[in-house]
Amino acid sequence: MAKIHVKMTVNGREVEGLAEPRTLLIHFLREDLGITGPHIGCDTSHCGACTVDLDGKSVKSCTVFVGQAEGADVTTIEGIAAADGTLHPLQEAFREHHGLQCGFCTPGMITRAHRLLQENPNPSDAEIRMGISGNLCRCTGYQNIVKAIRVAADEINSAREAAE
Amino acid sequence: MNEQSTPTSAERVEKLQGLGSSRKRVEDVRFTQGKGNYVDDIKLPGMLFGDFVRSPYGHARVKKIDAEAALAAPGVLAVITAEDLKPLNLHYMPTLAGDVQAVLADEKVLFQNQEVAFVVAEDRYAAADGVELVEVEYEGLPVVVDAFKAMDDDAPVLREDLEGKTEGAHGPRKHHNHIFHWEVGDQAGTEKALEEADVVVEELITYPRSHPSPIETCGCVASMDKVNGKLTIWGTFQAPHAVRTVASLITNIAEHNIRIVSPDIGGGFGNKVGVYPGYICAAVASIVTGQPVKWIEDKIENLTATAFARDYHMTGKIGATKDGRITALSCNVLADHGAFDACADPTKFPAGFFSICTGSYDIPIAYAGVDGVYTNKAPGGVAYRCSFRVTEAAYMIERMVDVLARKLDMDPAELRTKNLIKKEQFPYTSALGWEYDSGDYQTAMTKALETVGYTALREEQAANRKAFEAGETRSLMGIGVAFFTEIVGAGPVKNCDILGLGMFDSCEIRIHPTGSAIARLGTISQGQGHATTFAQILASEIGIPAEDITIEEGDTDTAPYGLGTYGSRSTPVAGAATAMAGRKIRAKAQMIAAYLLEVHDNDLEWDIDRFQVKGNPERSKTMKEIAFASYNQAIPGLEPGLEAVSYYDPPNMTYPYGAYICVLDVDVDTGVIDVRRFYALDDCGTRINPMIIEGQVHGGLTEALAISMGQEITYDETGNVHGGSLLDFFLPTAVETPVWETDHTETPSPHHPIGAKGVGESPNVGGVPAFSNAVNDAFAHFGLTHTGMPHDHWRVWKTAQGLGLTG
Amino acid sequence: MIPGAFDYHRPKTVDEAVGLLSSLGDDATVVAGGHSLIPMMKLRMAVPEHLVDLQDLDDLKGISVSGTAVTLGAMVTQNELIASNALAQACPIIRETALQIADPQIRYVGTVGGNVANGDPGNDMPGLMLALDAAYELVGPDGTREVRARDFYDAAFFTARSDGEILTAIKISAPPAGHGWSYMKQKRKIGDYATAAAAVVLTMDGATCAIASIGLTNVADTALFAEAASAALTGSDLGDAAIAEAVAAAKAITNPAQDGRGPAEFRTHVCGMMVQRAVARAAERAA
Repeated sequence: MAKIHVKMTVNGREVEGLAEPRTLLIHFLREDLGITGPHIGCDTSHCGACTVDLDGKSVKSCTVFVGQAEGADVTTIEGIAAADGTLHPLQEAFREHHGLQCGFCTPGMITRAHRLLQENPNPSDAEIRMGISGNLCRCTGYQNIVKAIRVAADEINSAREAAE
Repeated sequence: MNEQSTPTSAERVEKLQGLGSSRKRVEDVRFTQGKGNYVDDIKLPGMLFGDFVRSPYGHARVKKIDAEAALAAPGVLAVITAEDLKPLNLHYMPTLAGDVQAVLADEKVLFQNQEVAFVVAEDRYAAADGVELVEVEYEGLPVVVDAFKAMDDDAPVLREDLEGKTEGAHGPRKHHNHIFHWEVGDQAGTEKALEEADVVVEELITYPRSHPSPIETCGCVASMDKVNGKLTIWGTFQAPHAVRTVASLITNIAEHNIRIVSPDIGGGFGNKVGVYPGYICAAVASIVTGQPVKWIEDKIENLTATAFARDYHMTGKIGATKDGRITALSCNVLADHGAFDACADPTKFPAGFFSICTGSYDIPIAYAGVDGVYTNKAPGGVAYRCSFRVTEAAYMIERMVDVLARKLDMDPAELRTKNLIKKEQFPYTSALGWEYDSGDYQTAMTKALETVGYTALREEQAANRKAFEAGETRSLMGIGVAFFTEIVGAGPVKNCDILGLGMFDSCEIRIHPTGSAIARLGTISQGQGHATTFAQILASEIGIPAEDITIEEGDTDTAPYGLGTYGSRSTPVAGAATAMAGRKIRAKAQMIAAYLLEVHDNDLEWDIDRFQVKGNPERSKTMKEIAFASYNQAIPGLEPGLEAVSYYDPPNMTYPYGAYICVLDVDVDTGVIDVRRFYALDDCGTRINPMIIEGQVHGGLTEALAISMGQEITYDETGNVHGGSLLDFFLPTAVETPVWETDHTETPSPHHPIGAKGVGESPNVGGVPAFSNAVNDAFAHFGLTHTGMPHDHWRVWKTAQGLGLTG
Repeated sequence: MIPGAFDYHRPKTVDEAVGLLSSLGDDATVVAGGHSLIPMMKLRMAVPEHLVDLQDLDDLKGISVSGTAVTLGAMVTQNELIASNALAQACPIIRETALQIADPQIRYVGTVGGNVANGDPGNDMPGLMLALDAAYELVGPDGTREVRARDFYDAAFFTARSDGEILTAIKISAPPAGHGWSYMKQKRKIGDYATAAAAVVLTMDGATCAIASIGLTNVADTALFAEAASAALTGSDLGDAAIAEAVAAAKAITNPAQDGRGPAEFRTHVCGMMVQRAVARAAERAA
């Protein structure tokens, strides 16, 4: 089983490596690239802790082989803040509204919410809940996560309106 | 006047971000950027990976282990079995409950997924391949999966290693599968009182086997530095110092040569208190190979091999007068502990604090007896987001009070109110010997009932029942009330220890010359936000802004000795240590200030962030000024520097409590439940950070929802475990989780330095009976007295069917 | 949870993919979204030596709606099904069903082809395709053929697709405008398979049900076309008696396993409830 050469863009940076085809994307990110923001929780595609953005889709990187992501554009929690280090409104809102406790689900949760707000910039609470239903959190009971996402959405929308 | 130069008192208090402030969490800056440092993020040069071969059988003899093919596989370096551990005397390890547990199966396996061999390889892929290639020959044995049959005469012998041992860690064993009998209270007196009672109700209340299931599983990295002779283990440890002591005792490595580090922990909920075979095997593998070894369990291993919770079969009996005064309570428990007794209880309490089972009620006489038995199930018995066996006790008494209410045809809230311990009775000594520190239960109950509009809810329910009778709806409304009392903050060294280690906790503070500080504690946060809240306690005590105080935990080389974080003990014990250490700092600061201001100590008074001369507040020294002086002034009679350490042995437990009300609708045709409303009033004494308290309550209620509505780990008759992956094991998503309403009263603990009681576990303890009572209540008018958890769709439907409602 | 080793192939055309399957034989498995296969591989319940990834096969992508003729490329994701307004116009039950599959992340990668082709009785799309009387286009070494969904499912994970074939498209003749539809699924939580689910499509002619069609999910070792239940509604007024007859007929053909969702008796009961509620909902929606 020969190793394969893989190339992809991760958080705006071109990366490449040699990997066994069976290497899971999460392991490639964490072990080969040292991008440890996305976590491994359940291994069975239920918890969403490993969520990354892959070509504009939220995916569970524990259930993607590295070869499947060949040529893809990948964004992890490490790529959510602006290039100058300014935190994304979601990152600010999660802290401001206590949308996290142990922090283990947080990278996947924020990465997922980031995609959700791009598709639905003004979601209702019910839409937020449905939108993050592939991400489990054991600490917060979701209430403050929903609040944080809603507040971040408002901030992003007002900033956009102000800019227009 | 220059306003900037003279901040008001309110501004100075605000700047401290001390007690009562909803301070934003300092931890979140790294967590929101993916810069947490969890155990699986640790990568050391030359690090190997270990993975377990596990038993497919629930009970079997291990005839042969053939590792040849595995050892020939690329990247596989070693396969460790019990035979390799025996010469080191490490094939068994002591459990926290005074039993021993096989590190690797010693000649037989006792539960499905038990650890049989440990494959060490260059990476996790090679290790997994090695696991596939180890061939184990088993001979199946009959299993015991029903706790009620464990002590049958002809029950198979599970623990051959205990053969002939009639004395266990907690007294005599009356059967080869018996672990202990523990009891408290007046059995004869209680029986007599029950006989004399106007009304007696009895019910078998089972709290099913569950699992804490944090999103992060357990794991470690063990690294033996052969040059310096030092073993370092980074891992998911809720009690790092206890792990160090246990590791030293079982490996004979001197304790100063062991360093245990808990990095960021992705949730614990009791799962990460115990010592697991993976930790031992990783350490052994590192000692053998001289390279660091990582072991991380996967979620299926986590759910099926480390740390189950509950599995209590409780037969409760309550006696009462006709008008609803409870006169006696007895409870006999059959406790299923699995294959090894690995409960993480204080050593003298094999059933934890189950004797809090008289709950919030003034019950004159009571008895509780618990028998623990071995079965072919995973070991554990951890306190899953509760103090030790407290959620079991609360569930039992809160269900039993509802059962009694049905029997008396009384409203369950009214029955509770009638029997609550009264404000003037505190401190209150319960029939089973606990001294409840403080409470104002009536006020809490009244506030809860009024806030939810309880009377109107009952009227609405009456209308719903009529509509159901008339065939206008197929939905039944249920209202669940629970009033719980927790017992947390273990605990006083005189009666609380783990393996002989007193359950005090500690804090060590150093004030830096420029007026900032570091405080180190013996606890470890797993999401509770200690770095935020302990700094707040200290800010209020020593007048240094919380943002200028670093809180450090989890490294046994630097932190003072403490027993860790579980059982809601951090705030009651380490939080108290923090306040006490802060007061020592302040006492010395007062002497320094007196020297600087050239007055007598007694002429000074503390004001927010400074000492000022009584009657002349313009003459003052701020803590910042005092800190610098402590480093640059030669003060007669005082050592330089400003440091303090406190080891706090709490005089008593703390007793948080609350009133919870759940309103839900049951679809009798499908068994689907819709939680319409959940109101939680908590009284956790002094509130350090309201934002964090509310977050803790939200999380605990969500875990209570999960437990009551769906979580269950079961074993079939051949010993196969079910519910062992997240497909089946219920962790609610945001969609299943309702919106929580929180509220509070504030009754400080009289014996705690700042009056705080702890809150993290209350919502689980009170939430579970509130949900369950609501489901039972929905059917109460059809004569239902008790239907057990989990209230999943099919069981709810079956209940409806049993009452003839589905036809 | 680490899968066994395999070689990875990413063909660019259907012919190349079919050629690979022919040359690699039994040791090869195709992967689309992978969210059924990869978990099985991580549990080592599936250990293919070759994985043939279909993601570059552009011919398998795209949704075409022309009048009532609907063609879904096998590699169309659940999310794309949900997003397509043309599809929602022509055959809205597809969106309703897709929204009830798994969770958002999985819907981004899970494909309709994978969902219908792997033969998992827990999947939601097969029951729907049975109700819609869809046809599956299969391409293999001997060319292209079409198999009706109603002839496709033999047993759990056994279908009419041979190992060398790739399911390339799903063809549906959408029910006429004004039809009623409903996919009712009872599950324990988001991400779960159905305790039982029912797909109902019906066309009314005034107060009479002209055509009804019912598919059932996860109540037997394959998805089921509830023929007798459908017949019980067809020509009826959808009154209580007709619905009761349909429910009884649907329940009669179920044979669910006991699992964490409950015993067989309960799952059959829920199947009946889902049929009853889906018929009611579909009737409400029918013009």
